[in-house]
Amino acid sequence: MNLAAKDIRHNFGRFALTTVGIGLLLMIVMGMGGIYRGLIAEATLLVERIGADLWVVQGNTRGPFAEISRVPANLEHRARAVPGVAQARRFISHTVQREHGGFPLRIVVQGLSWPEDRGDWIPLTAGRPLRQAHYEMIADRSLRLPLGSKVKLGKDVYEVVGITSGMVGSGGDGLGFFTVVDAEAIQFDLTGEARRLERQARRARVESQDLGRLQPLLVDRAAGSETEIPALGPPQVSAVMLSLQPGVDPETVVRVISTWPDVTIYTKQQQIDLLLSGMVDRAKRQLGLFRVLLIIISTIIMALIIYTLTMDKIHDIAMLKLIGARNRVIMGLILQQALLIGALGYGLAYWLGTFAFPRFPRLVVVESQDLLMLGGIVLAISILASLAGIVKAMRVEPNKVLS
Amino acid sequence: MSVPPNAILALEAEGLTKIYGSGNTEVVAMKDVSLTVSKRQVIALLGPSGAGKSTLLTAIGLINPPTSGRITIGGQPVMDGPRSLVDLRAFRRKHLGFVFQKANLIPFLTAVENVAVALEINGETPAKARKRAMELLDYLGVADRSRNLPEALSGGQQQRIAVARALANHPSLILADEPTAALDSFRGRQVMELFRRVAHERDSAVIVVTHDHRSLDVFDQTYEMEDGLLRHHKSDLLHS
Ligand SMILES: Nc1ncnc2c1ncn2[C@@H]1O[C@H](COP(=O)(O)OP(=O)(O)O)[C@@H](O)[C@H]1O
Ligand SMILES: [Mg+2]
Repeated sequence: MNLAAKDIRHNFGRFALTTVGIGLLLMIVMGMGGIYRGLIAEATLLVERIGADLWVVQGNTRGPFAEISRVPANLEHRARAVPGVAQARRFISHTVQREHGGFPLRIVVQGLSWPEDRGDWIPLTAGRPLRQAHYEMIADRSLRLPLGSKVKLGKDVYEVVGITSGMVGSGGDGLGFFTVVDAEAIQFDLTGEARRLERQARRARVESQDLGRLQPLLVDRAAGSETEIPALGPPQVSAVMLSLQPGVDPETVVRVISTWPDVTIYTKQQQIDLLLSGMVDRAKRQLGLFRVLLIIISTIIMALIIYTLTMDKIHDIAMLKLIGARNRVIMGLILQQALLIGALGYGLAYWLGTFAFPRFPRLVVVESQDLLMLGGIVLAISILASLAGIVKAMRVEPNKVLS
Repeated sequence: MSVPPNAILALEAEGLTKIYGSGNTEVVAMKDVSLTVSKRQVIALLGPSGAGKSTLLTAIGLINPPTSGRITIGGQPVMDGPRSLVDLRAFRRKHLGFVFQKANLIPFLTAVENVAVALEINGETPAKARKRAMELLDYLGVADRSRNLPEALSGGQQQRIAVARALANHPSLILADEPTAALDSFRGRQVMELFRRVAHERDSAVIVVTHDHRSLDVFDQTYEMEDGLLRHHKSDLLHS
């Protein structure tokens, strides 16, 4: 007969509770690992997926993610002329927090270089890429904006024409893809009154100068729409992204553009490194440390539980020895239970995780490599903890039954 | 009544001495005790608390090695002083049966499993072990409780299951240390008579430590221990 199974049958409630406890603990360890990986994945997700080989940003900055970068939109055309560059796109990204249906809605507004870039590279789960220059958007699923829904941002209403998933910014907020012009309209949206005051102030400034007095047309211009006065308007884009022609060494393009004094150029990998070593570094280390602590704590708890389980049976083990049970029988009893608790706890953790982790507000990435490592740790703990119990059991004298 | 000369000896113990501890804390629990028991004999061991009865019984039971002296069971020398001459655990499971004051059943096994486990430990197949365990429970009148866990059984029922476990592997020597202390006198006597029946039907020898003077008529021989010394009981001396 299998003594381990019989003991479990008898102490089923306790065994089940222990297993559930260990399962929950392991789920938290798994989740913590997943949150750690998720943080890294989310931080670099956009850079990884947007398909740019090189990033041209404001000179001497580490933008556009780690800090603010402003470059003129026409940099796009300059960069396109560099030999080896297949495509240059404007990069506009900023986060807005608005109210939608009574809930706060945080969108990372992402501009697509219409008309070259219509979002065809974005993996869609529903809908289609952008089809017109205005008033359409592709929304990440985490924004919970259904296909066809309309969102008012700034003065305009945008229709969700496509749904993508797993597209979030480094802060974990869902991305919304718009044409660059729309993205800018959202970014630089001012209320009518603010606009009126700004125009008035501009007009007053120009009128008070000789230039304005000599050129009345200029006064009219200054009071007009700011987009019609590029020299006075805000800088348009955060960065320009370059895709290279196949077979071109990025180094050659980098060498050319790095001689331009107004901009700085980064490769994709440098951009990723900037993100990981800068922006999410503290959060990453914080989570990493916590995760190590969790693993240590669960190791101790599991070992204690398994050891205690054996100690509770030490009198029965002495009795088994008294009636002549072989060591194999006693070791089997201890080891099988430990392994079963470990395996069931691990399985439970995994199973619970498949329900719990996708419901987490931010991405949880459970990598099979981490799963394997945790499995190895659980196996090692189970064996080590039962070894401690086995040593104790081997030492117990059969006449302990009498005490 | 003395040992029939032609009977095979179940037990020969010669000059057993047990000293617990050392120096100031030294306790001589058993002094030069010699005892011979033949097959089918049922022996009672009397004596006040602390006299060394359990020490003698556990020494013979091979779970408490003596400081000096020799033990031979069923013709096989097993202990020479504290040194074991055989694999004690294997010897116990094949030749010895134990019953204690407490039944000491495995709490997570049912009545029948508690008996069957002793058989399986001795190499019996699970099916045969279960069958024989049921027969033993039947023999002891607790077959109807075979599926119960020990916690659901009365003290007397538990003790009878412990007896069934002790009998499982046809031991040549059954050792019982105050097996009836937790039972009422009627049940106590029943167990004593059961030992006698087993000894006679199954060719075993039985040594029982008891305080119950009313059951002494059940035994073939009665010994008494005091301060670690073993001697024949008065009632025996009258007969011999
Ligand atoms: N493990 C032990 N360590 C030290 N002394 C013991 C131990 N076991 C028994 N003794 C002592 O040996 C003596 C005999 O004990 P025991 O054999 O249990 O007597 P009985 O069973 O007749 O009551 C007692 O004085 C007791 O205190
Ligand atoms: Mg005693």
